Amino acid sequence: MMLRIPRRGFAQVLALIVILMINRLVSPQFFNLHLQDGRLFGSVIDVLNRGTPVALLSLGMVLVIATGGIDLSVGAVMAIAGATAASLADTHSLPVVLASALAVGLTCGLWNGILVAVLRIQPIVATLILMVAGRGIAQLITEGRIVTFTSPDLVWMGNGAVLGLPTPVVIALGMLLVTAAVVRGSALGLLIEATGGNARASELSGVGTRAMILSVYVWCGLCASLAGVIAAADIMGADANNAGLWLELDAILAVVIGGTSLFGGRFSLVLAVAGALIIQAMNTGILLSGYPPELNLLVKAVVVLAVLLAQSPRLGDLSRFTARWRRTKS
Amino acid sequence: MSDFSAPPATRPALLDIRGLSKSFGTLKALDGVDFTLGEGEIHALLGENGAGKSTLIKVVTGVFARDAGTVRLAGREIAPRSAKDAVDAGIATVYQEVNLLPNLSVAQNLFLGRQPTRFGVVREGEMKRRARALLLDYGLDIDVGAPLSSYSVAVQHITAIARAVDLSARVLILDEPTASLDRHEVEILFNVMRKLADRGIGIVFVSHFLDQVYEICDRVTVLRNGRLIGSRDIADLPRLDLIRMMLGRELAETTHERAASQPDTAREVCVSFKRYGKQGYVAPFDLELRCGEVVGLAGLLGSGRTETARLVFGAERADSGEATIDGKAIKLNSPRDGAGFGFGYCPEERKTEGIVADLTVRENIVLALQARRGLHRPLSRREQDEIAMRYIRMLDIRPPDPERPIGLLSGGNQQKALLARWLATSPKLLVLDEPTRGIDVGAHAEIIRLVRELCDQGLALLVISSELDEIVTYSNRVVVLRDREHVEELKGDAIEVSSILAAIAADTAPAREVAS
Repeated sequence: MMLRIPRRGFAQVLALIVILMINRLVSPQFFNLHLQDGRLFGSVIDVLNRGTPVALLSLGMVLVIATGGIDLSVGAVMAIAGATAASLADTHSLPVVLASALAVGLTCGLWNGILVAVLRIQPIVATLILMVAGRGIAQLITEGRIVTFTSPDLVWMGNGAVLGLPTPVVIALGMLLVTAAVVRGSALGLLIEATGGNARASELSGVGTRAMILSVYVWCGLCASLAGVIAAADIMGADANNAGLWLELDAILAVVIGGTSLFGGRFSLVLAVAGALIIQAMNTGILLSGYPPELNLLVKAVVVLAVLLAQSPRLGDLSRFTARWRRTKS
Repeated sequence: MSDFSAPPATRPALLDIRGLSKSFGTLKALDGVDFTLGEGEIHALLGENGAGKSTLIKVVTGVFARDAGTVRLAGREIAPRSAKDAVDAGIATVYQEVNLLPNLSVAQNLFLGRQPTRFGVVREGEMKRRARALLLDYGLDIDVGAPLSSYSVAVQHITAIARAVDLSARVLILDEPTASLDRHEVEILFNVMRKLADRGIGIVFVSHFLDQVYEICDRVTVLRNGRLIGSRDIADLPRLDLIRMMLGRELAETTHERAASQPDTAREVCVSFKRYGKQGYVAPFDLELRCGEVVGLAGLLGSGRTETARLVFGAERADSGEATIDGKAIKLNSPRDGAGFGFGYCPEERKTEGIVADLTVRENIVLALQARRGLHRPLSRREQDEIAMRYIRMLDIRPPDPERPIGLLSGGNQQKALLARWLATSPKLLVLDEPTRGIDVGAHAEIIRLVRELCDQGLALLVISSELDEIVTYSNRVVVLRDREHVEELKGDAIEVSSILAAIAADTAPAREVAS
């Protein structure tokens, strides 16, 4: 089923290639790689590595958006999970630290899921609650300080390498495979797309739409907590105020760039991750170019506009109209 | 606004519509419809869902552009392109859901966009005074400074009407204005309507309450399947004839082969309902559905047909009575429960409750089966392809492309795909709500043929239709509903269009004991 990508993802792959080529023009060493202490270094690796948190977030976000929802709390969940991991890191073993952080993420996801699926609160408002409260919770965990740690195991999750690739990249790749296996290997993918496409019709066909919606928020929370652990491991500390700040917006953007409509329905996991990489490739490119990083936001805005225009049904009508017009003229 | 005088005896035509047509794709929503509204006339526009009432209104009020025909208002041809154009021309519409601003005051709603001002400042006092005077004219003495939402729906309706008429309306269209009003409120509304008619305003009254039509209207126009069936003076039109106009189809283009009338006991009972009902939804009913038998549900719009179907499938939860399969009581609390017992349901609202437009025909067909199998037992792509192709061939779904998004198919083919969705689950009972609604003639006949075939294969079917000759063709039994109550059950040779019409039209009181 994942083989659909070549047809559907053409625009995204093309965009990624174009941006990488521009980066190559800006910085001739862009594609250079070198091995040091058993780990690959280079700008491309940097794009992958820096893109990991948003890629992980987008894996959860794409499922939520496919059901017609949205999760604004993922940045805050990152902060909570990072704070949890950081405060346990020097006193507990890595499995315990990881399990605790992920359990926190699951709980957050469950909270959102119950608000949306059971209490039927609008997703944007329901997840706004945790978006606001989450940073407070994270600060309570860190007691208002930036908690640092030295545990080599946790540091490895942010800065280590597996077969030459940075650990975060391997983790994100692993999550992509796991998510794809769960979603496309079971009937979950179809039932999520049906729920997002027409919840009423799906329910009348016997689909447990409530369970679908609940489960995607739980998965989204889980992905966010993993991203939070990696972000904390990367800087060897947890900053409750800034960890994952605004990343929910990047994740939503990645999903939209990946061609999933905010109205729900059809989704693609791989293209959502590609969207995250496109965003990161732009970020890195602007940094390498020496332009002020403020420009980043403008460039991002232009990309969003381009993507939304490309998806606009009105514009589609317009192009069909002009095509018909041209046909009748000739 | 100058001629408040009583209308002359021969009412001059105020709104005159000739040969109005409008198509959506291949479906003719309006086909050469004529409609004439006189000055000071209250004119009922009747027809079942999909008859073309809303399309007619929307063309007249400029929401849709017409394909053909003319609309004359007081002799002058008009072609409104937007709702505002229509209002400017003098045609105002008040919909069932009042489209005013509930958080603003009554006075503000009345004068929104044309508030009396002095030096650019709204004169609240003047506005309230005028608003009060305006509503007093309608027999409403209320505090116009209070928010609109603090008043009953009737007051909101009258406010909407007052605003519309004050914007110099000469034609007032009321779309189901009484649907959410109680008896007393209806009376208030009718008084207002009579007053307006006395002033010479022409009123189009869309409603499915025939009692009210007989009470308030002068004339009635009936549409069916986008065609004009006729316009009559209500005084010369017996109720039975009116219902026949709405439901019956005189021309018999197909010779009806009556369903074989086997004795009831020969068939196995699939599911039975005892005193099953829900308060305020549909009155408790007894119903036995047998394998290899079609039960037709007949009645007017709003009589409780769809409600019965939803209770039977489990889309709505009953609050009284019990449902049993083989003598064992079952719980039908959700569509999931219904699907689990081998029931299927094709709802009337195909677009909003049936298809998932973005998904392919294949995905739409396997949806119910996959939902029943559960997450952990996914149908492989090959199985999905096989199932989809089998039903595409069996039901002749066109184009025969399982990968086409179902939203791009015609209504008839979407309906067939929805049938396929349930057939793929090998159901015991299929509930079909208006399976032939909005479908072109060819597909129409095919769906009817399918219903018979499914029945012969041993399925139990519960079918709702507004087309009585259709019901007569395939039903072994017909349950007639009126006012959310099952009032009569017809069997065998008693199933005739005329007997169904008689049961629908019968006056409420004496027919009740028949149901028990």
